[in-house]
Amino acid sequence: MQKTQAAHAGLQSIPALLARNASQFGTRTAYREKEFGIWQSWTWAQSAREIRELALGFLVLGLRPGDYVAIIGRNRPMHYWSMVAAQMCGAIPVPLYQDAVADEMAYVLGNCGARFVVCGDQEQVDKVLEVGTRAPAVEQIIYTDKRGMRKYDHSRMNALADVQAEGRAAEQRLGPELDRHIAALDYDATCVMLYTSGTTGKPKGVVLSNRNIIETARNSADFDHLSEREEALAYLPMAWVGDFIFSVGQAYSAAFTVSCPEGAHTMMTDLREIGPTYFFAPPRVFEGQLTSVMIRMEDAGRIKRGLFKHYMAVARRVGPQILEGKPVGILDRLSYALGNILIFGPLKNTLGYSRIRVGYTAGEAIGPEIFDFYRSLGINLKQLYGQTEASVFITQQPDGEVRSDTVGVPSPGVELKIAENGEVFYRSPGTFVEYFKNPDSTASTKDAEGWVATGDAGFFEEATGHLRIIDRAKDVGKMADGRMFAPKYVENKLKFYPNILEAVVFGAGRDFCTAFINIDLTAVGNWAERNNIAYASYQELAGHPQVYATIKDHVQAVNASIAEDPMLSGCQISRFLVLHKELDPDDGEMTRTRKVRRNIIADKYADLIAALYDGSENVFTETEVTYEDGRKGKIRATLHIEDTRLVSPTLHHVKAKGIAA
Amino acid sequence: MIATPATELTGEFTTDGRRTGPVLMDLKNITLRFGGVVAIKDISFDIREGEIRAIIGPNGAGKSSMLNVISGFYVPQEGEIWFEGARRPPMKPYEVARLGLARTFQNIALFDGMSVLDNIMTGRLNRMKAPLWAQAIWWGRAEREEVENREQVEKIIDFLEIQNIRKTPVGRLPYGLKKRVELARALAAEPRILLLDEPMAGMNVEEKEDMCRFILDVNDEFGTTIALIEHDMGVVMDLSDRVVVMDYGRKIGDGTPDEVRANPEVISAYLGVSQE
Repeated sequence: MQKTQAAHAGLQSIPALLARNASQFGTRTAYREKEFGIWQSWTWAQSAREIRELALGFLVLGLRPGDYVAIIGRNRPMHYWSMVAAQMCGAIPVPLYQDAVADEMAYVLGNCGARFVVCGDQEQVDKVLEVGTRAPAVEQIIYTDKRGMRKYDHSRMNALADVQAEGRAAEQRLGPELDRHIAALDYDATCVMLYTSGTTGKPKGVVLSNRNIIETARNSADFDHLSEREEALAYLPMAWVGDFIFSVGQAYSAAFTVSCPEGAHTMMTDLREIGPTYFFAPPRVFEGQLTSVMIRMEDAGRIKRGLFKHYMAVARRVGPQILEGKPVGILDRLSYALGNILIFGPLKNTLGYSRIRVGYTAGEAIGPEIFDFYRSLGINLKQLYGQTEASVFITQQPDGEVRSDTVGVPSPGVELKIAENGEVFYRSPGTFVEYFKNPDSTASTKDAEGWVATGDAGFFEEATGHLRIIDRAKDVGKMADGRMFAPKYVENKLKFYPNILEAVVFGAGRDFCTAFINIDLTAVGNWAERNNIAYASYQELAGHPQVYATIKDHVQAVNASIAEDPMLSGCQISRFLVLHKELDPDDGEMTRTRKVRRNIIADKYADLIAALYDGSENVFTETEVTYEDGRKGKIRATLHIEDTRLVSPTLHHVKAKGIAA
Repeated sequence: MIATPATELTGEFTTDGRRTGPVLMDLKNITLRFGGVVAIKDISFDIREGEIRAIIGPNGAGKSSMLNVISGFYVPQEGEIWFEGARRPPMKPYEVARLGLARTFQNIALFDGMSVLDNIMTGRLNRMKAPLWAQAIWWGRAEREEVENREQVEKIIDFLEIQNIRKTPVGRLPYGLKKRVELARALAAEPRILLLDEPMAGMNVEEKEDMCRFILDVNDEFGTTIALIEHDMGVVMDLSDRVVVMDYGRKIGDGTPDEVRANPEVISAYLGVSQE
């Protein structure tokens, strides 16, 4: 690693990488954004100029080195440029989740003491104004979209385009000062601060240095041979570490093109138009696409449906092997090639995956059927395992060693060890500097030698050296009779059914396990429509007896699958209920990255959990909900509780599991 | 329209601090008869530049007839219509459209088989001057005009947040979105006065809220003068700067929402007498 550092001497900050890209790849496209129905593009040279003007504009407004600049908005080149411009001034960018409500925003803005806030539009400005005195350090609000902003008090407010124009005019006056700030950036300077969504408690600001970001980006780009010819689509929240690594770290390191969709609703169309070669999506995106493909196939004509069925069977049989370059018989190859012309090719084109060279999924476990579906089409979808504190990469799957149940081998430069209790620890160049203003948390997460606790329990497969993750270490517990309880393991199995959107399993310290189920409105709604089942609301559909019957089948199938594993067989679901509302980040039930917050759910629905364990058949409940505009309301429902059949463990079917609970 | 932000308007302020300009359209002693039926009886009111003017009234009060008089579809037997300080002679609807009036319809009147984009483009037909043959082969001036018009249409698509349905045939859209597309088409004509015939009819609460916001935004961003007919009293009182109240073809009230709300004749005719 020492050698690589020396080889890249001088490229020790994102602005330095930008300067290199502007001179070396000046005429290649750096950014694209669809605006007014047309893809607008900027080369690296143009982007460098735009960013410099922004940085000068920030200096005009009085931004100082060491200041924090919050950025709240959707993925737009202007917002990425603002982050790099802030870095140029020696300030630290702090991207925030744009769907955060004002209260969440107040905490983060107050915690980092941001002086400047860059807002995407009026909605974000309103939230920052609502925060008001709870973030007293905020001095300047800068907004990108001018719509609706005319009547605001502009004494502390500016349009980003105006700031940029002022910066352009100030080149003579402030240019040398800016150059001094850029030259002062080194490997240990803070590159970005990202707030972890926090499955428990308040979010923590993770401080990542230039070293963390640049080393990690370069190592991971080398791992997958990413070059300046890649095309990526930036559509995941800018506040999420993955987006920062992919759309800034790797994009600047490898100098590839980042395209920003027109808006969240047009993402699928834009994906198809761009046809990225390097793509990342959480499992739910792949699940959603597969569900919509299947729904549309149900409505297709008989011939199409027959062709689809036939060739998907061929693809499942030989697709993954062909993708990995393994030997496959000539007839199968021909059949697959024909399928590619008739079905796979057009399907991939519709999904926008025609050109994918490397695709990743992470964040949650992905269903094996879903994973195999995409791989059998010839899409090189792989898994990685990472977290904010590691600048994403901990493990990833190398080409040719891809499976749905592992998360791969340690990424380049990453060391791994497994503790006594099964918890995974890592040490890497990407290991975060510290939690902002939180030495206690830093000390409890990262030890003196730099080993970081992931909080996940896992084990290495002896044959392959791949890491397998079972569950959150703190969630892995014991049931009343001492059997192992791993809720996430069960929840993931449940969620692999398209009808089930979310599941929350309870059972720690209890005699048996129970579950809350959230139905997937798209899948179940479509099923209801095809079966002429009328429903007026989510609540009514969720409580429908036939829906309960379907979910019961799924739960029992999962029970059977869990029973195959003697160690975890105690986790079978004895009783379940279908929730009357979707778990929602606005209600605090999930994180913004859509991970369930177990404790909050357990508190909020204590009455329902009690009912699951006291044997009652129905339970009346009243739940507070938060609407998108922040107002609160109540919904009432009587929920049915269903008992399920348990399967006794099949002892002859023992599978080795390398974890001791 | 886009080049005329509301700040450039002159004139007085409304009660809530918005600007309204001089009188844009003045309707004087309008009477409209269909045979023996008198639909509108001697009504006068004006529309000022930059304001949102509502016409309300119970069923059959003559609201839609009034809108049709303004849009030139009906020619009143008596009375005068003054537009921008000049008396408007009886005109064909397309001539009125060229003067700068655009409207939406109570029953959506879009081309179902055409895409959203094409539907909105039809709103700019008045601005296409290239001859038919040039448009057919998309050559020279026709090409230039199409590019310019498309740009304006895209700005409206962006404004009304319908980018994701740009290429979707209108027939496949839900009702609320169709209404929005109709508004987009009317806006594409860059009207001096935008006439909305029951823009919220048949909508659910969420769609109504969206539509309200768009109407206010159109008025605020583009400074477009808006005249609307609406049943939903809550909507009218929140949106409008001034309200005309009609009942059986007569005008029974005219003024700010507060004034109208306090008018005893309006209360008895339209809002009903309170049952305390």
